[in-house]
Amino acid sequence: MTVKEIINKYGNKRENLLQILHDIQNQSPQNYINQEDINLLSKEMKIPASDIKGTASFYTMYSFVPRGKYIIRVCESPPCHLLGAQTIFKAIETKLDIKEGETTKDGLFTLEGTSCLGICGVAPAMMINEEAYGNLNEEKIGKILDQIQEKESK
Amino acid sequence: MSKRSIAQILVGIDGNTVLSGARNIKTKLITEINKQGLSDQVSVIETGSIGPINKGVVIGIYPTGEMYGNVTEKDIAEFIQERFIKGRPYKKLLLEEKIQPEIDLEVYDSRKTQYFGRIVLDNCGKINPEDIEEYIGTGGYQALGTILKEKTPEEVIQIMKNSGLRGRGGAGFPTGLKWSFAAQEKESPKYVICNADEGEPGTFKDRLIMEGDPHRVLEGMTICGYAIGANTGYIYIRGEYQLSIQRLKKAIKDAEKIGLLGKNIFGTNFDFEVKIKIGAGSYVCGEETSLLNSMEGFRGEPRLKPPFPAKSGFLSKPTNVNNVETLANIAPIVLNGAEWFKRFGTVDSPGTKVYTILGHVSRPGLIEVPMGITLREIIYDYAGGISSGEFKMAQIGGTAGDILSAELLDVPLDYKSLQEVGHNLGSGAILIMNNSVSVVDFLKCCMKFFVHESCGRCSVCRIGTKQIYESFNRLEKKEAYFDELKNIKELAENLNLVSFCPLGQSIASPVLSAIKYFKAELSEGINPNKIHEPVTREESGTVSSYS
Repeated sequence: MTVKEIINKYGNKRENLLQILHDIQNQSPQNYINQEDINLLSKEMKIPASDIKGTASFYTMYSFVPRGKYIIRVCESPPCHLLGAQTIFKAIETKLDIKEGETTKDGLFTLEGTSCLGICGVAPAMMINEEAYGNLNEEKIGKILDQIQEKESK
Repeated sequence: MSKRSIAQILVGIDGNTVLSGARNIKTKLITEINKQGLSDQVSVIETGSIGPINKGVVIGIYPTGEMYGNVTEKDIAEFIQERFIKGRPYKKLLLEEKIQPEIDLEVYDSRKTQYFGRIVLDNCGKINPEDIEEYIGTGGYQALGTILKEKTPEEVIQIMKNSGLRGRGGAGFPTGLKWSFAAQEKESPKYVICNADEGEPGTFKDRLIMEGDPHRVLEGMTICGYAIGANTGYIYIRGEYQLSIQRLKKAIKDAEKIGLLGKNIFGTNFDFEVKIKIGAGSYVCGEETSLLNSMEGFRGEPRLKPPFPAKSGFLSKPTNVNNVETLANIAPIVLNGAEWFKRFGTVDSPGTKVYTILGHVSRPGLIEVPMGITLREIIYDYAGGISSGEFKMAQIGGTAGDILSAELLDVPLDYKSLQEVGHNLGSGAILIMNNSVSVVDFLKCCMKFFVHESCGRCSVCRIGTKQIYESFNRLEKKEAYFDELKNIKELAENLNLVSFCPLGQSIASPVLSAIKYFKAELSEGINPNKIHEPVTREESGTVSSYS
């Protein structure tokens, strides 16, 4: 869908801005909102581009820099922290050779920390895109990432 | 009502069990039942969370009530054989817990800590949340039908006031009173908002309510709409809660189809529609005025109160904002009356509370218990005790909640009793920690959360959170200043006094309670010889004088 079509889907009222931004980001292959789209939005919705960016940057789910195809979001909140979130981070960092906030060279993964995902019942937990994973340990993470890499190399 | 067979297998499908393969188990169960020729006797029902978590896929048997955990696909053939052909429990996977029975008031004692039945979660784990007929079959939408035909909006508000129900989002404000404020306003349109932006770490009760019984929330919102004179409701829900969003959307569609939402509900001239707004990842948006800004498409920063949302809320119109759990209490209260509700819990805080128990306990999970039960009862009677080591501390109400030490194990958990000892009940998360946890490390983690989530609108919170975080960092490295604890305390007290919204104010809760109960342990990080160096003229241009 073009930006214009997304706006038409919800209507160009300010109250629909967040939903429109969600849709724009979701359909970007690199999981981000680019400046061109913001300029277009600004014109169509009659909101200054700076205002749109200022609003969007408030929320952690939006990004303005290209990210990997898969976004790994590891929960950093206390319940996961108690049960070993730090080891999860280390395991992923070692395996993918990136630090928090970075994207792998092949553009496949971005590693991010996140606040509570609401699945504390299976702490420590993470989400990869829309999919949630719980009761994590080093071995399990290796398997999950291997599976994705394998799928993508085909 | 869908056809009922002799026995039903309830498969709890929620965020936790899906990860363990609950959907495959459900398919496999159906295949196996057909294969063994039991399809007219045993049915398989998909439902929300049944209760125990951390037990893999959990299934329950109705009406006998026993539960099985860690069910895997290869167990199923044997399980069906044992349980339904031979007719005996399948010991290998049997759990100690049973499905909570319906409330039996004859034997009910409001202070008894036995499993006594539930109000809010009554249907969760028993009905198929995606089938509106099952909700109606358990008395759903009856409360709405009754009030639309027999009660005036004023009478509904009076019932809520009489029931003594307090908001379950954390602040505990009386619900009936809140409704009456919005009802008094003359301006229209008015809005009902369901706050489902459950961001408090460790809290996921609202998610399980929405996943397990979405119609209950819709019915509560509609009753509220009738009481305050609103025709539109919004559910503001976290972007991460995909299953809740999906189930609520289906519930809205189903209710509209048979005239329980939309125009002329129950043939009266009352109209009500419900829409969903999806959040974008911000903790502070759980605060009601931030939520309103976010709904309008702005940065989710809090607004100055007054005017309160009841006067000027969404799009500057009168608005009533309630938490998911609060709204889930409405229909049972209307149906059974205020007096019935007051038989649960304490005089000051009637009803039940849904808690999520996490951390170092044997059986972490979701429970609904009467207000006023103690932490000790929750840990030992419901959660199976401490999983390893000894009890050290508990944080109640999520990351913005108070830290309680062993000496408070016997204080009743209700709004008033906790206030008397200087604490708050908060959102319902109970995080239990054993003696392997370092207070400094834990608080550093809490503060990291606040540094990230502080919206930046007021400088005390933006800078204060960072400064307290740095202090804990120094304590961890055992390089803290001689007066570090005094400074942390002062800063936290200031945050509480002058922060613009509850986010900044609530930071004082974990920090001050930790200093109160664990001063000795925190002091270990202090280097008594480390004093604040005077700042030179060159430095003072760029950095503040005290770190």
